Amino acid sequence: MKRSSDLTFRLGTGLFGLVLIFIVAAICFELTRQSMLSIHKFGFNFWRSQTWDPVSGEFGALPFIWGTLYSSILALVIAAPISLGIAVFISELSPAMLKQPLVFLTELLAAIPSIVYGLWGIFVLVPVVRSFEASAPAALRALPIFSGPPFGVGMLSAGLILAIMVTPFISSVAREVLKSVPLTQREGAYALGATRFEAIRAAILYARTGIIGAVMLGFGRALGETMAVTMVIGNNPRISTSLFAPQHTMSAVIANEFTEAADPLYLAALFEIGLVLFVITLAINGCSRLLIWSMARSASGSRAAATATPAEVAA
Amino acid sequence: MKKTLTGIALACSVIVAAHAAQTMRINGGGATFPNPIYSKWFSEYNKLHPTVEINYQSQGSGFGIQQLTQQTVFFGASDGPMTDEQLKAAPGAIMHFPTVLGAVVPVYNLSGVTAELKFTGAVLADIYLGKITKWNDDAIAKLNAGVKLPATDITVVHRSDGSGTTYIWVDYLSKVSPEFKTKVGVKTAVNWPTGVGGKGNEGVSGLVSQTPGAIGYVELIYALQTKTSYGSVQNASGEFVKASVDAVTKAAAGAAANMPADFRVSITNAQGKGVYPVSSFTWLLLYQDAKDKTQAKTMVDFVKWALGDGQKYCSELGYAPLPPSVVKLELAALAKVKTS
Repeated sequence: MKRSSDLTFRLGTGLFGLVLIFIVAAICFELTRQSMLSIHKFGFNFWRSQTWDPVSGEFGALPFIWGTLYSSILALVIAAPISLGIAVFISELSPAMLKQPLVFLTELLAAIPSIVYGLWGIFVLVPVVRSFEASAPAALRALPIFSGPPFGVGMLSAGLILAIMVTPFISSVAREVLKSVPLTQREGAYALGATRFEAIRAAILYARTGIIGAVMLGFGRALGETMAVTMVIGNNPRISTSLFAPQHTMSAVIANEFTEAADPLYLAALFEIGLVLFVITLAINGCSRLLIWSMARSASGSRAAATATPAEVAA
Repeated sequence: MKKTLTGIALACSVIVAAHAAQTMRINGGGATFPNPIYSKWFSEYNKLHPTVEINYQSQGSGFGIQQLTQQTVFFGASDGPMTDEQLKAAPGAIMHFPTVLGAVVPVYNLSGVTAELKFTGAVLADIYLGKITKWNDDAIAKLNAGVKLPATDITVVHRSDGSGTTYIWVDYLSKVSPEFKTKVGVKTAVNWPTGVGGKGNEGVSGLVSQTPGAIGYVELIYALQTKTSYGSVQNASGEFVKASVDAVTKAAAGAAANMPADFRVSITNAQGKGVYPVSSFTWLLLYQDAKDKTQAKTMVDFVKWALGDGQKYCSELGYAPLPPSVVKLELAALAKVKTS
């Protein structure tokens, strides 16, 4: 009796697991099916071409791929250290009184709808960014990364707004990860005479796979974020290294042009952009999995990182 | 007790069933631009004819054309006429019916300039091509004698989303500038040679109001509702006309003289006195020989009402009403829709 209910339970949950695989496969299939026209017409050139001209029916995804990766990486560069700082402060250093309010505030940030971030971006962030761009010294403006006229809207604004949006996600997960570091780790470090900073460092090192996981989660969110980005990035499908230049992202072009795309090739090209985004997201998630696995394996090899570090610290 | 309850339930279901049998529900979808007046029309028409419920999803002209072609909606609506290819792809003949008129106006942000600026189509085209880059360019200065124009850079703002507004704007610029026509062309979204994109009228107007030296284009209704000031544009007869409901209706009246039988006509840069040149119809799309004849009959009645009594709601919502000459042509065309 017990065994049979065990079996049903296993089969039942297994079925739910299969549903997940089925959904992913169905999305991939449907995206491919709908973009067939564009795949046939442009082939691999779709990934390389920089032209996006609905009038003449020339479509290429490169400016959008570039814009998506650029803005997301920029956001991570800004958000990762800040989020980690927040997580460490809340979990290790904050006085008990401050802890709950801070946790509440980070969660509040995550709950704000992205259109609200977008409006705030247009009316508050963009003017600030514009005056910063306009007042940037000429020597700085000579660098390609800071070149171009000060529009305000552009890559810098998009990166900043994305950074604000992913910070609560990264810091919440990182905080949970730090919380799960066994108390014995810290006690061990203190027992060996570590300072507070050294003990925290040991805890971070112990939890590093989880922290990288948190950052990758933020990356995934930044890749797909649409509304807030499209409102501040300038929506110009031209590749530029400049932070000041208006650019475009994959999700933004789909949201912007889908409703009015009436001819089949145009529609197929937009579907293929979706497919490209899907593939890239999948690839990045896969890579981060691999990274975490390889780190976990090398860590368990010596059960080391954690136990060794306090020892090193003491030495 | 139980009996009473059953009785009530039965009565209710009978009422519901009777209601459902009489109510005619018609689904349509398409352009966002005429959505405010269509919603008004459908609710007013429902008050007059309680059995007719028209349901409209404003998800864009492209959506309307696509859904109509797949016959998932009974009628479509579009800010640009369907192309020959699109008409061919549909399973039956589709007819166009202009319902109201809209216009697109240039808005700008120039601190210190209080006078209302004048533009010609050629100057606007050159600005949007990136050929005129300073506000004190001779081409702009010549049109605005007496206005002290600053040497500020022009920041071009366009729509980032596909829209009927962009269609009207580039349709006009392509008519007045051959270079714009070959380099950019006409579509609801185009490959802009320069500038930044804002999403929706509010996105464009937000960017313009935030950026010193910016120029953009928005729907007349939007400019009127938000009390944004806008420039005047030179029409085909050489007058500088500031967009108004009147000037837009005049553009349509000018076009009535040589209206094609299918109403697929662009009225940008129309001839005539007092005409605002960046004007356009918005169309309702119907199958000429729809499967469901009762729905077709109801829609024909509705369109007749919309072209007649319905037009009086235009001005309160900021749309330009159709000129009587166009309405007359449409009523004749409406008779061709098969209702039995």
